[in-house]
Amino acid sequence: MSAPLLRVREIDAFIEQFHILEDVTFDVPDGGITVLLGRNGAGKTTTLRSVLGMTSVTSGDIEYNGQSIVGKKTHTIAQMGIGYVPEHRAIFSELTVQENLRIAARHKDDLPRNIEMIFTLFPDLKRLYQLQGGNLSGGQQQMLAIARALVPDNRLLLIDEPSEGLAPVIIEQVIAAIKALAETKTVLLVEQNFRVASQLADNYVIMDHGQSVAHGVMASLSQDDEIVQRYLGVGMH
Amino acid sequence: MTRSDAVLITAIVGAILSFSFISSGGNVGSFGITILSGLFQGMLLFLVAAGLSLIFGLMDVLNFAQGAYFMVGAYLAYDIQHTGGLIDVGIADPGLRFIVGVIAATLAGAVLGVLLELLLRPVYKRHLFLLVLTFGVSIVMLEGIKAFYSVTPYTWTEFFGIREAQFTFLGQNFTQYRLFVLAVGFALMVGISLLLNRTRIGIIIRAGVQDREMVSALGINVQTVFTFVFTLGCAVAAFGGAIAAPFLGATITMGTTYLVAAIAVIVLGGLGSYEGTAIGAMIVGLALAAMQQFSITINQPVLASITPMMLLIAVLLIRPRGLFGQER
Ligand SMILES: Nc1ncnc2c1ncn2[C@@H]1O[C@H](COP(=O)(O)OP(=O)(O)O)[C@@H](O)[C@H]1O
Ligand SMILES: [Mg+2]
Repeated sequence: MSAPLLRVREIDAFIEQFHILEDVTFDVPDGGITVLLGRNGAGKTTTLRSVLGMTSVTSGDIEYNGQSIVGKKTHTIAQMGIGYVPEHRAIFSELTVQENLRIAARHKDDLPRNIEMIFTLFPDLKRLYQLQGGNLSGGQQQMLAIARALVPDNRLLLIDEPSEGLAPVIIEQVIAAIKALAETKTVLLVEQNFRVASQLADNYVIMDHGQSVAHGVMASLSQDDEIVQRYLGVGMH
Repeated sequence: MTRSDAVLITAIVGAILSFSFISSGGNVGSFGITILSGLFQGMLLFLVAAGLSLIFGLMDVLNFAQGAYFMVGAYLAYDIQHTGGLIDVGIADPGLRFIVGVIAATLAGAVLGVLLELLLRPVYKRHLFLLVLTFGVSIVMLEGIKAFYSVTPYTWTEFFGIREAQFTFLGQNFTQYRLFVLAVGFALMVGISLLLNRTRIGIIIRAGVQDREMVSALGINVQTVFTFVFTLGCAVAAFGGAIAAPFLGATITMGTTYLVAAIAVIVLGGLGSYEGTAIGAMIVGLALAAMQQFSITINQPVLASITPMMLLIAVLLIRPRGLFGQER
């Protein structure tokens, strides 16, 4: 087995004086989709933000592609090939769809090179190209947020709750797109919707009260009613 | 700009012009004065407010030193133009000397802008510290000017071509210099707008106004964008002071006066909106000009100085987010 693309080792993270993450440890294998599961407030978003250096990590280590990234600046970490699709999307509402994509380019040819791939995944964006981001529907904004992370040649995508607040048909489109892009990229996904998570993920990590409490292969989790009940509080079917 | 924005702006400008017409007892010439003097002052105000607005939009901090950059620009341009000061460039042609003075002032503004930004770096996350620091810097700059020059107002006496030549508008004579300021200010207004709308750094600035954390998550070093915006904002303010000097001279109060009016401009225009800043500056300029005339008529000079804030309050009562502000 090849080395994991992302290794998170016993990290502690604080937001102001609050101790949010404690000894969080997990691996994200190179390729495929790893899903972070856990109840609201378990620390999933904070974990993604810690990887990107947006939350201060006070101890432990995070390695990306064999290199320690703890303490580095957010933009430096992102430039190493990590794309971020945050909770609530963070689309630039004053910018057009085109500008939202253009701003993500790290090299002049990033957008021209990848735009066809993006339009294939999200045909709607082609039609909406000159519209302001703020005029898009929730689903369209989600597609734009994912597309934005695909403009540069990122190797790892951190995607936070992509199905949140979307209609079922739109969720299906988003699932299909994430599946397709995971063929060439590694995805660390946060997903509350267990059905969506089990359709997409190869591996899982469960978080609870700011700690990583279980991990394994997604297919086996779907068989393990007890863990699911205990940490996620949802029935499987 | 929506239809209701356009109606509101037209109504405000119409009210100012009607006021100027009526308060002068129906004198058409006073129209000419209000319009030209108003646009002139509005343009100078815009040059202070543009940087204030961009810096506020990006970092949520009012740069209280913005007025001081305007003042420093005026003193440098004045000094270079007139003999017997600290700087003697040894150029005989007064027109050329003026151009050199404006360029020197703008460059000085840019350099001082970089320095200010460096000074603020350690406290970027603490807004109150930023506020106090920029306020402190403005006081240091003011005291510096007092030390190097004098507290007595300097009146511009070295005239040159366009500063002397006249033209007539609605029966009143004006110096062509007013048209020069309007043209140059307008060119800058359009130039900055193109920068914001057509270039990559402009897209980054507009995105950063909304969500700078997301901008850095895209791999962009927001810090260098801050430096750029500070440098641009301070250089434009110093440039404004330099081109204002042939009219206003150089005084130690001009920075504060323009800062206060510029704050009114950016709030009135809608915080973070460049369009709002540009239009707001013109509105405040016109209102100032109308009230300056009126306060001469009734011999009550304080009226003119409180005009920007009165206008601000009036607009905020009608529309709390300002003319072009986003609901936040
Ligand atoms: N800005 C903040 N200030 C204080 N506490 C926070 C802040 N953001 C998140 N938290 C706390 O951190 C914990 C983890 O939050 P988060 O990572 O967003 O959880 P999740 O994404 O799993 O729902 C929660 O208890 C939340 O209340
Ligand atoms: Mg979350």
